[in-house]
Amino acid sequence: MSGPSTYTPKNGFTKWMDSRLPILRLVNDSFVDYPTPRNLNYWWTFGAILSFMLVVQIVTGVVLAMNYVPTAAMAFDSVEFIRRDVNWGRIIQSAHAVGASMFFAAVYIHIFRGIYYGSYKAPREILWILGVVIFLLMMATGFLGYVLPWGQMSFWAATVITSFFSAIPLVGDGLVQLIRGGLSIDNATLTRFYSLHYLLPFMIVGVVGLHIWALHVPGNGNPAGVEVKDKKDVLPFHPYYTMKDLFALVVFLLPFAWFMFFAPDALGHPDNYIVADSQVTPLHIVPEWYFMPFYAILRAITFNIGIPFTDIVLINSKLGGVIAMFGAIIVLFFLPWLDSSKVRSGSFRPVFKGFYLLLVISFIGLGWLGSKPADGIYVILAQGFTAYYFGYFLIILPILGKIETTRPLPNSISESVLGPSATREPAAATMQGAE
Amino acid sequence: MTADVKNEPTRRDFLYIATGAVGVVGVGSAAWPLVDQMNPSAAVQALATVEFDLSTVEQGALVLIKWNGLPIFVRHRTPDAIAEAQGTALADLKDPAPDSARVKLGQEQWLIMIANCTHLGCVPEFDTGVFRGGWDCKCHGSQYDSAGRVRSGPAPKNLVLPPYEFLSDTLVKIG
Ligand code: HEM
Ligand code: FES
Repeated sequence: MSGPSTYTPKNGFTKWMDSRLPILRLVNDSFVDYPTPRNLNYWWTFGAILSFMLVVQIVTGVVLAMNYVPTAAMAFDSVEFIRRDVNWGRIIQSAHAVGASMFFAAVYIHIFRGIYYGSYKAPREILWILGVVIFLLMMATGFLGYVLPWGQMSFWAATVITSFFSAIPLVGDGLVQLIRGGLSIDNATLTRFYSLHYLLPFMIVGVVGLHIWALHVPGNGNPAGVEVKDKKDVLPFHPYYTMKDLFALVVFLLPFAWFMFFAPDALGHPDNYIVADSQVTPLHIVPEWYFMPFYAILRAITFNIGIPFTDIVLINSKLGGVIAMFGAIIVLFFLPWLDSSKVRSGSFRPVFKGFYLLLVISFIGLGWLGSKPADGIYVILAQGFTAYYFGYFLIILPILGKIETTRPLPNSISESVLGPSATREPAAATMQGAE
Repeated sequence: MTADVKNEPTRRDFLYIATGAVGVVGVGSAAWPLVDQMNPSAAVQALATVEFDLSTVEQGALVLIKWNGLPIFVRHRTPDAIAEAQGTALADLKDPAPDSARVKLGQEQWLIMIANCTHLGCVPEFDTGVFRGGWDCKCHGSQYDSAGRVRSGPAPKNLVLPPYEFLSDTLVKIG
């Protein structure tokens, strides 16, 4: 895709095919001969891991759907039926439920990789924005899926999250009714959530396709943050990165398998093994761990925002919380234009590194606070971390790039790998594959 | 075509805009049923009323009943609780409403409310919070008083009253 195609069909069939539907050429140029920077580290393997997880979710989901019954009366029992009676159902169900957690773990690493290495900077803005779109679709899919087992947490997560929309002035209440299909979460809600939970993963597949397309036009970024200059800087994707990705995937599968086989419920919540009851809210409702940071931001806004020294409230705390929570994701769309630094990789930005570390700490801190009760010191901490989260994107990044003294960049990728002396002929043998 | 002719709106321009307008209306009216099917169905709307016999609820008690899938608090208040609710100064309230606006005249002992917190919809706990005979939402800490009025926390409004009427002193119709 990037640069002229290097594909030469070798036999009669591939030649015939190439002049009709050049799909083998596309595969070759995208995943075989595709020139890849030679200095990618393991943080660059998560894209492949994520692609794998998407397939896992779709495959396990499609087979779960063969036994799952999306009605308020049957949903809970049908999931238990899958877990107890369906052949292999215990493993398939836990693969899907644990898989969702592993998928999110990988996407958080992937996103924070991008934030550290400046992967969002020109010419990869669209690539980044598509990534944020995928993240939003994943969150929607995860939420919709969590409602399907129709336990207490499913029901109350659905109640709380659909109530977000009631914060919207004027149309809010009508919108909530439209989303729920009634005044409360009920059968109508479950069936539509099932329909959408089935649909969205395929939309994710579509956006992932665009994401990879947008990746292969400028090519991969890399830890040094300097662009590819010549053939010495790249290696063919296969076998160098197919093998590296595969190795990382196997390591990633270890915790996945451990949870799946030995602790399928460790990441979930015991209350979800109580069937949904519209009359009783569990004492302590918490979302899945992967939504915790955003949940903490929602709850951090405990105050109204109004015109100072008057009683006029412009944004009440409920609307404010919802705006802050969505804003925490929306701000990512603007990241390519908020970071004013010309230097792409965080490795060469000494001051940036400190602020980045604080961002990671704030985000993990918010995740922890999301699971705590919303009172006392927890609220104050959540407010501090929320302020830092937004401050990082809206204040620190725009200013820092203008005043920071960065370390000198390497002249090229090969120099960053082999040192300044070694720009001569780095392993001619390895380069033959790239031709 | 000369420049001034070009600037004049022509028959062709009119047809062009008219076609576009019809197209927009057509697409819109084709899309609307696809959206509106999500709104509450006739079956859901048909459940819209329930009758409830109040004689089963003793003074001081609270029961939870179901209306349209929503949990409903039916609270039989004690004279003390009524007096306390009536005595609260409006200035102390986040969403000011006198007690008389929360109940029906002559039936002050009956407080009938939708049991979902106006913040994000959890069912608050009865009588465990700051206000005696009030409600405490464990989800994000909103506090309601003995008239179900929000006093603190992120909830913006008082607990919502469903439409209801007394058919007799002991029979109430909700919806
Ligand atoms: C982006 C990919 C996906 C994610 C993140 C995801 C997430 C989830 C989650 C969190 C649950 C709740 C699991 C539990 O607590 O038991 C769930 C359930 C379910 N999902 Fe998915 N899912 C995805 C794709 C799919 C697909 C493609 C299908 C089917 C076509 C599907 C079908 C189901 C079914 C039938 C259930 C209910 C059974 C159960 O609870 O295990 N999912 N999903
Ligand atoms: S739902 Fe009651 S305080 Fe949030």
